[in-house]
Amino acid sequence: MGTRECKHICDESSPAIGEAGETGEWRSLMPVIHNNKCIPAKQKKPSCFICWLYCPDAVIKKTIPIQINLEYCKGCGICMQVCPAKAINMV
Amino acid sequence: MARKSREADIRLLDGNQAAAEGARLSRVQVIAAYPITPQTPLTEELSEFVEKGDLKAEYIAVESEHSAMTVCTSASLVGARTFTATSAHGLAYMHEMLHWVAGARLPVVLACVNRAIGAPWNILNDQQDSISQRDTGWIQIYARNNQEILDSIIQAYKIAESVYVPVMVCFDGYVLSHTEMPVDVPSQEDVDRFLPPYKPHTLLDPTNPKNYNLVTLADPRNNAEGVLCHGYMELRYLLQEALQNAAETIIKVGQEFHELFGRNYANMFWEDNLDDADIVTVAMGSLAMEAKVAVSMLREEGHKVGILGLRIFRPFPKATLVKALAKARLIVVFDKNISYGSEGATCSEIKSALYGSQAKAAIRNFIVGLGGRDVKARELADAVKASLTSLKPGALNIEYPEWICYI
Repeated sequence: MGTRECKHICDESSPAIGEAGETGEWRSLMPVIHNNKCIPAKQKKPSCFICWLYCPDAVIKKTIPIQINLEYCKGCGICMQVCPAKAINMV
Repeated sequence: MARKSREADIRLLDGNQAAAEGARLSRVQVIAAYPITPQTPLTEELSEFVEKGDLKAEYIAVESEHSAMTVCTSASLVGARTFTATSAHGLAYMHEMLHWVAGARLPVVLACVNRAIGAPWNILNDQQDSISQRDTGWIQIYARNNQEILDSIIQAYKIAESVYVPVMVCFDGYVLSHTEMPVDVPSQEDVDRFLPPYKPHTLLDPTNPKNYNLVTLADPRNNAEGVLCHGYMELRYLLQEALQNAAETIIKVGQEFHELFGRNYANMFWEDNLDDADIVTVAMGSLAMEAKVAVSMLREEGHKVGILGLRIFRPFPKATLVKALAKARLIVVFDKNISYGSEGATCSEIKSALYGSQAKAAIRNFIVGLGGRDVKARELADAVKASLTSLKPGALNIEYPEWICYI
């Protein structure tokens, strides 16, 4: 069975999580969050979330504490750069 | 029997006006073009049509040819019939987007007013510009006169929108673009009968969002719905398949055009005096008309010469051409282009098509008319006569082309 059955004549897809595959595989450095420094985690209330705002792949969840989806995080390190509390390390 | 619903409306049009009339009658909805010599009057004519309300279309003024083709891509993707025109450096500047339009399978129609490419600067005619875009996946039609320009643009939409491959209608700068000829302009009603509205194969629709032509990796992959979708290579295969199969559509559309308008386009090339010819000259576009005059001269001198005028360059009509050339003992190919380090592009195509056939013709290639150099029928006739030496046994091929110039 070949790919003709998709009936596309140019590349086509529906917007969905993981359209480009598990992009976390591209990562060479992994972000690690230190909740003892992270502002929302320390204050136990929704605040800051600058990493969530800047993440170009939208893999940071706006929860307390924040969660990073490593299946799709490409390891760009922008979250580390923008964190005002220096709570994220790339390892 | 050809049927005509009205008296012919014969007008004196230059090639640019004929192309503009073709676009108007095809009811194009979006035009994005950037002026360049010798295409400029074509865009001026179209913008006047839009300004006067003779054509209900968006005329989008852009800052470059790259942007012109980008606008055409977007407009075609959202379901608009789209037209643009350019020449030479403008076409070269579009190069990236020509690939994109073909890869996205968008039925854009482009009029290429053939002009030489620099360096050095030259604004006059040869076919190097469109030949350089040979491998972008566009269908290429070459018109031999202004009537063919108008007729080819109307047919181009029907072809493009049937096979979802963009079409480039090429015609020689000045020789056709700035030369007035009588042209039978069809009525809007007849063109409407011939050309149904454009049905896109994909449609950007906010209520049903889709991604088109994102990063497509080497291997096929399941999409979000779990359906196995093409990888890059399968999509390339489909484009090649579409061009291979387009020949059938081009001929069918040519026949339908004949039935409605009385002018026959049911072949990928035209021929004259081929029946008893053992020498065949081959040329493309208006150059073939010059070669036709040369053939008449040679006939008067007693040579059995015929002419084959290439109309469709992509897809290349391999099988039918081999049949038409089967009896030839000598084929003389004139090219207004050169693939540097090799030979004229149409000559290469003909040699490639003949390989493996029974044909045993000697082939001579002459490069003529680059950068607007005048091509005289007498020179072409002399070139054919000089080629008669190749009829001796064992002289099938000359490695490189000969040039008709003063070097």
